[in-house]
Amino acid sequence: MSEEDYEEDGEMNGKKFLYVNRRGPYGTVYALESLEVVLIGAAFEQDVSLAFMDDGVYQLKKGQNTDGMGMKNFSPTYRALEMYDVEKLFVSKESMDERGLTTEDLIVDVEVIDNAAMADLMEDAEVVLSF
Amino acid sequence: MKFGIQVNEGPYQHQAADSAYNFAKAAIDAGHEIFRIFFYHDGVNNGTRLTTPPQDDRNIVKRWSELAADHNVDLVICVAAAQRRGICDADESKRNGKDADNLAEGFRISGLGQLIEAGIESDRLLVFGD
Amino acid sequence: MLLHTVNKSPFERNSFAQCMGHAKKGSSVLLIEDGVFAALKGAANESVVSNAIGDIGVYVLGPDLNARGMTDEDVIDGVKIVDYTGFVELAAEHDVVQSWL
Repeated sequence: MSEEDYEEDGEMNGKKFLYVNRRGPYGTVYALESLEVVLIGAAFEQDVSLAFMDDGVYQLKKGQNTDGMGMKNFSPTYRALEMYDVEKLFVSKESMDERGLTTEDLIVDVEVIDNAAMADLMEDAEVVLSF
Repeated sequence: MKFGIQVNEGPYQHQAADSAYNFAKAAIDAGHEIFRIFFYHDGVNNGTRLTTPPQDDRNIVKRWSELAADHNVDLVICVAAAQRRGICDADESKRNGKDADNLAEGFRISGLGQLIEAGIESDRLLVFGD
Repeated sequence: MLLHTVNKSPFERNSFAQCMGHAKKGSSVLLIEDGVFAALKGAANESVVSNAIGDIGVYVLGPDLNARGMTDEDVIDGVKIVDYTGFVELAAEHDVVQSWL
């Protein structure tokens, strides 16, 4: 569905929520608790997009193994987002490049967008939740 | 205009709680409505009535309680974040078999849906955090 | 248009740089808390701010500036100083507020 379609029946799709994730997992609780908001928020049937930039892209890194440090590995939950109809995951190209990451390194399918497209996404949002 | 506010950090450690309070106060003074203030992450620590700051320091928790009393502001503590951090009201305490509760006056404990609802119902949602 | 807020020192985190890299023409940036350090004359990012002014409205929260020992005179030309009432007005004037934490 194109952005135009969303605008035409904006009422039906609710507000455009954008979650901006800029922190890596485990070092702080923000990634985990952001994901919890997304999961709860899915029940409200809003138009949800997730953006991952800066160290936030590491949240989606494949192969996370927390066995040695005692925290729960919550990365599989990103794969479950699809079941909650949260399907618009955007990743910053610049942040990926800086970290030497490609989409092959990520646990879910994402759309890689550059800063300009990310800026458009932000301007298009109606509610921005930053974590 | 209706404002929603999310507070992500505890009091005293980070300026976020002060900034959020000052914003809320200024918004009310300008005739706006605060639809809800939602406390998340360590922000739930804004809601403990056991806080005892030195007398010459601001009492952040009391300030929130007064804001709720004076302007009917809805102060919501996230239940999941609060349980992790040991913030609970009498009901929560009982349900989880604890021997005490510590929720300050004017706050209530509820789910994350309240944050989403604040995003939907408010004209603007502002996040104060670290 | 967006109101971006930045509460991090540009010397500590990349929040300010990322904000400026994503702020579109016509949007505004408000520097609060440790973010005020990005509004100062003679600091490393001065040209970033100077060059953006005109395309982007750049504001700094006066109370946070003053608390850190700075006054209006320390602020880069073209950066507007607001108090909390001004912060509220900016939030109301823009469609959405995005916090760069």
